[in-house]
Amino acid sequence: MSTEKLIFEKGAPGRRTATLPALDIPEKSVETLVPAEFLRSEPAPLPEVSEIELVRHFTHLSQRNFGVDTGFYPLGSCTMKYNPKVNEDMAALPGFARLHPLTDDSMAQGALQVLYELEGYLAEISGMRRVTLQPAAGAHGEITGLMIIKAYHEHRGEHERTIVLIPDGAHGTNPASASLAGYTTVELQSDARGGVDLHHLEQVLAAHEGKIAALMMTNPNTLGVFDENIVEIARRVHDAGGQLYYDGANANAIMGITRPGDMGFDVVHFNLHKTCSTPHGGGGPGAGPVGVAPHLLPFLPGPLPAKGDDGYFWEDAGPLSIGRVRANCGNFLVLVRAYTYIRVNGPDGLRHVSESAVLNANYVVRALQDAYDLPYDRTCMHEFVFSANRQKRHDVHALDIAKRLLDFGVHPPTIYFPLIVAEAMMIEPTETETKETLDEFIDIMRQIAREAQEQPELILEAPHVTVVGRLDQTLAARKPDLRWQPDPVATAT
Amino acid sequence: MSYVPNTAAEQQAMLQAVGVETIEELLSPVPADVRLKRPLALPAALAEPDIKRVMGALAERNADLDHFPSFLGAGSYDHITPSVVPHLVKRSEFYTSYTPYQPEISQGMLQAIYEFQTMVCQLTGMDVANASLYDGSTAVVEAAMLAIGTGTGDILVSRALDPQYRATLRTYAWVRGFNLIEVDLENGATSVAALEAALTPQTKAVIIQHPNFFGALEDVRAVEQLAHKAGAIYVVAFTEPAALALLEAPGEFGADIVVGEGQCLGSPLGYGGPALGIFASRNEYLRRLPGRLVGKTVDDRGQTGYVLTLQTREQHIRRERATSNICTNQALLALAATVYLAALGKTGFRELGEQCLRRAHFAQEHICSVNGFTPLFSRPFFDEFAVTCPLPVEHLNAGLRARGIIGGYDLSRDYPELTNAALFCVTETRTRDDIDALVAALEEIVSDDA
Repeated sequence: MSTEKLIFEKGAPGRRTATLPALDIPEKSVETLVPAEFLRSEPAPLPEVSEIELVRHFTHLSQRNFGVDTGFYPLGSCTMKYNPKVNEDMAALPGFARLHPLTDDSMAQGALQVLYELEGYLAEISGMRRVTLQPAAGAHGEITGLMIIKAYHEHRGEHERTIVLIPDGAHGTNPASASLAGYTTVELQSDARGGVDLHHLEQVLAAHEGKIAALMMTNPNTLGVFDENIVEIARRVHDAGGQLYYDGANANAIMGITRPGDMGFDVVHFNLHKTCSTPHGGGGPGAGPVGVAPHLLPFLPGPLPAKGDDGYFWEDAGPLSIGRVRANCGNFLVLVRAYTYIRVNGPDGLRHVSESAVLNANYVVRALQDAYDLPYDRTCMHEFVFSANRQKRHDVHALDIAKRLLDFGVHPPTIYFPLIVAEAMMIEPTETETKETLDEFIDIMRQIAREAQEQPELILEAPHVTVVGRLDQTLAARKPDLRWQPDPVATAT
Repeated sequence: MSYVPNTAAEQQAMLQAVGVETIEELLSPVPADVRLKRPLALPAALAEPDIKRVMGALAERNADLDHFPSFLGAGSYDHITPSVVPHLVKRSEFYTSYTPYQPEISQGMLQAIYEFQTMVCQLTGMDVANASLYDGSTAVVEAAMLAIGTGTGDILVSRALDPQYRATLRTYAWVRGFNLIEVDLENGATSVAALEAALTPQTKAVIIQHPNFFGALEDVRAVEQLAHKAGAIYVVAFTEPAALALLEAPGEFGADIVVGEGQCLGSPLGYGGPALGIFASRNEYLRRLPGRLVGKTVDDRGQTGYVLTLQTREQHIRRERATSNICTNQALLALAATVYLAALGKTGFRELGEQCLRRAHFAQEHICSVNGFTPLFSRPFFDEFAVTCPLPVEHLNAGLRARGIIGGYDLSRDYPELTNAALFCVTETRTRDDIDALVAALEEIVSDDA
């Protein structure tokens, strides 16, 4: 079947799956306990399905979904590495999963120890002094980091620092976060080698003297290129009174090799759902811890895990803290998975992760660079960006190549990003793929490049083997249908 | 163990294919002066059996709710999870997938989110719901920021909104530059008179929680009239979604935006996270909604399919002009909530609400039969209630801990004026034996003290 009915279209009145505990107290009528004016007149119209229907429905849906466990997922900048099963088992231990967030510290010592130690591990990996574990995702980490920078400048009385510099290759969350934090963004141009254009940086810093709050960047950047001028960039930004923010989306390239703190960064966010192998969950949850250099410690959100003579405890943040950025301590069970991953890898293992990620990316790019344009031809780090410009001559675009890859059971690369590469295809193999998988991908990409010349219609009509074909995005946006509604005719009868 | 499958020999062959001798050569773009010249100072690697032992020992040092009957709610609620929920959520085609940017191979997650959006609308009485936000507190923040838009203004927030949510709002109010004004309480709910006095033409939104932090039901219609008369957006927050099983849907009493926490719909408490931020609104705010939306459409073969839609609101398209910076959300918890709500279904979810209500009222009656315990407020409540105690709550809770029971929340932590006041939560997971044990323990602690 190529469609799966909605859960609302299944079942029958009176069917159900879950049972509740036997009522072992007197059954008082609801109306005697709460005035009728507060109550629903009808139960919410949720589905009425039996357990077998429910299980088959969601099993069928899972079969209509592609994950890392299904196949190769070289989605650039997303680090879709294998998600170890032991991480899942550790996060499901009742001592972690069944723990209330407001449990007295004395009864949550194990959880506090995990958080305390994880903070230390992340500080060591990034070269930062301390790390807040509250942010729920990378973008949440970005806004948190920018708030810390803002509080720092305000504390120094430098309220006129209202500009955040963002390279033209940056992730979309960077400008969105800066804007949310009340900053004006100024775009920095890339140079011919794909790094920050130092000359343009100099001009921008001079043009906005005294107004620079921060520069946000990834290194390696979204081209997969390590900006070798980073120390010079850091010096100039700091001389201009700005702070340097590290977007950790690409940290899988650097563990044990270099650290943002050693490059001169003041604030770092991690994406544990990328670098530390926690599953992406079909869109989340992630975790976006933020590390800071010593001068920014007073501004961290609180509370922070601490260790005293009587064990671990939550320590309130000081008076200069930006305050909370969410309720409770963060995406704790994601943090438990990341903690497990770091301890399983150890220091040598993490370095091996990054080195292998770099090797796999270079292996693929070198094997394919005669078939696709490589606008920035350099030794890459963990990912690289091809352009489909050559294929475009046959009217085959990056989108079409992406759709054709679906026919081979491969998740497409990130396309049309970064914006500085036309027809961009951003490929990140990750370290957890075998040589055979990479070789197979290379063969498929070469075949598609040949098809583009010889049978472009095969690509333009792709995908051919998926449960649905190309979907009408325009219709979806023009006539938004965002929820199921009962059929009025059927309901009336 | 790095989960790197390729052996050293295979890696050597790959290096040769690349045209270099060593991995070190590939790292040459990283300048020497920023290279880490020592191993990371981290504990040595552990084999899988060893990490299980380490983690097992750490987990044992936490008071999990399977072993400690708990009367703690205060924003996080313990509800049953039918076995089908984790089994289906752990289908790895779901949990190892990324955000569904490639709809042809993501129909499963997209359809599940479409079903989630529908169920949220069914529970809240709203027209549209998004695919999730980080948690209840950040959902409230997003509602405030939608109301503020690109300008500035006042956001009125009830002091009976969860204290952690108010703290989060304060952080964002500072950075985003809007005024956050707290509205005082009367008898454990938002004071209608104080609200009326605080409303001005600058008021962009009124935010209340229902049931509120004290478990009490708010005067939702009076607040609605005042908010709308002043031209403000009426935001209703919730932390306990089980209340929506029994209580009138906020859409019925005039809410414009409904936000809240949905973690307990099928996902574990997990020491507070991951959580599930829920955001629903009336149609008129559709194009200002934060976060992802799934819509139904057709494919080139005429079949029904689902896609992420209205993406021009979002950061990856709109960049600095996006309605929110959110990218990664809590999709897997939205899936869990969808399976959970379908598993309970129309009658089961209603029954869940009834059980919580009955057990909480039974517990309140019995706790208040102990000498010195009286209800703090007289307002109707759902499954949580505030009680005045004869002793400091810290003292009571220490006594309960010694007896293996997790007591109520000490309200003086957030409301200094509420000394000796505890907030007890009783859901369907607390048996009569649990409640009897709590009451007996309270009696002992009080008489020991006398």
